[in-house]
Amino acid sequence: MSNHQSTRTTVLDPTAEQRPAKRERTARPESLAGLTVGLLDISKPRGDVFLDRVEERLTALGAKVARYAKPTFTKPAPVDLRHEIAIQCDAVIEALAD
Amino acid sequence: MLEGTTRSADEVVALIPPNLVECTVEKVAVNAVMAGCRPEYLPVVLTAVEAICSDEFNMHGVLATTMSVGPVLVVNGPIAASIGMNSGINVLGHGNRANSTIGRAVQLVIRNIGGGAPGGIDRATLGHVGKQGFCFAEDEDASPWNSLSEERGFDRTQSTVTAFCGEGPSLVIDQLSRSPESLTRSLAASLRTTISPRVVTGMDAMLVISPEHMARYRDAGWDRTRFLAELDEHLMFDTDEIIVGADGIEDGLPPGLAGHRLPKFRPGGLLVVHAGGSAGLFSAIIGGWLNGPAGSDPVTREITP
Repeated sequence: MSNHQSTRTTVLDPTAEQRPAKRERTARPESLAGLTVGLLDISKPRGDVFLDRVEERLTALGAKVARYAKPTFTKPAPVDLRHEIAIQCDAVIEALAD
Repeated sequence: MLEGTTRSADEVVALIPPNLVECTVEKVAVNAVMAGCRPEYLPVVLTAVEAICSDEFNMHGVLATTMSVGPVLVVNGPIAASIGMNSGINVLGHGNRANSTIGRAVQLVIRNIGGGAPGGIDRATLGHVGKQGFCFAEDEDASPWNSLSEERGFDRTQSTVTAFCGEGPSLVIDQLSRSPESLTRSLAASLRTTISPRVVTGMDAMLVISPEHMARYRDAGWDRTRFLAELDEHLMFDTDEIIVGADGIEDGLPPGLAGHRLPKFRPGGLLVVHAGGSAGLFSAIIGGWLNGPAGSDPVTREITP
């Protein structure tokens, strides 16, 4: 072959070609006194046992506690529930338990 | 690869969990190439992706669970033979390009496009080797029964893929039963322990009956309906025997369910498929995961070009 054919190789990306948006973390509160802490039960057995105890401890620290639960642990929390927690709470604790 | 389908490259196939990313035919094709698929497998891959990304299948939950489950794909209809799928010897194992790569392509779509990697949203404690990809064809021609897809509302001229959320297969050995009654009791004894002897109604399973086991039913003239009816009789549990604390075992049904009789599987919760090599008195059980709206339901979709 005397002629040199130029070849172009196209590389296809198998991924979604997305990058996560970077956001600053919410500043850590110096005290929980007076803040509302959401406790999200993902609805696994005995998650409530753990969260009941966490609620006792948080209340003793002067925090207000709001309790939430996912309809089922097998699916992501519904958007409305996540929004509700975001607007009602200053912090959130999610419990996974068995 | 795109020549394997009539669909346009930019058509959106599904929103892929966990990141709910719009996935085009072209993106699926790229992953199918990486998996080692031939172009003629692409319609099966595309349909399987649609099936697992349905609300009923709940791929996000299947991915995120700590249990050892993933999509198990069963192909029915003319396409299985036309693309050279294996429904015979080593059907649940390796060695066939279509079986090996279709399931792999689907897993790569979840991982590469949806972002569902082990250690990220995939939280499986143990996982199983079938999560590399788990796809096989039913042996319809040699079966005396209607096929899985016929059982699920399709006819034999249609090609389908059924997505089932399952763990790895577990062998059932019975080399001595010569009557359908005996074999049914034997299969039931193993099915009773699927996932756990204390799990009832909440999880489905798939039973893969091999040709030599199926011969017991063919010879006796049992059809699928007769088989399932007889099997059901041996799959009932007295809840007192599997309640929390029974036999010194702290796991079990909640005390409030004492004094009942419950079936191992919900109605329709046992999927039965005929496949495997022609020699060997074995069948296989593929345990499932939580079923129904709070878990995963099997999904069957027609494969279109």
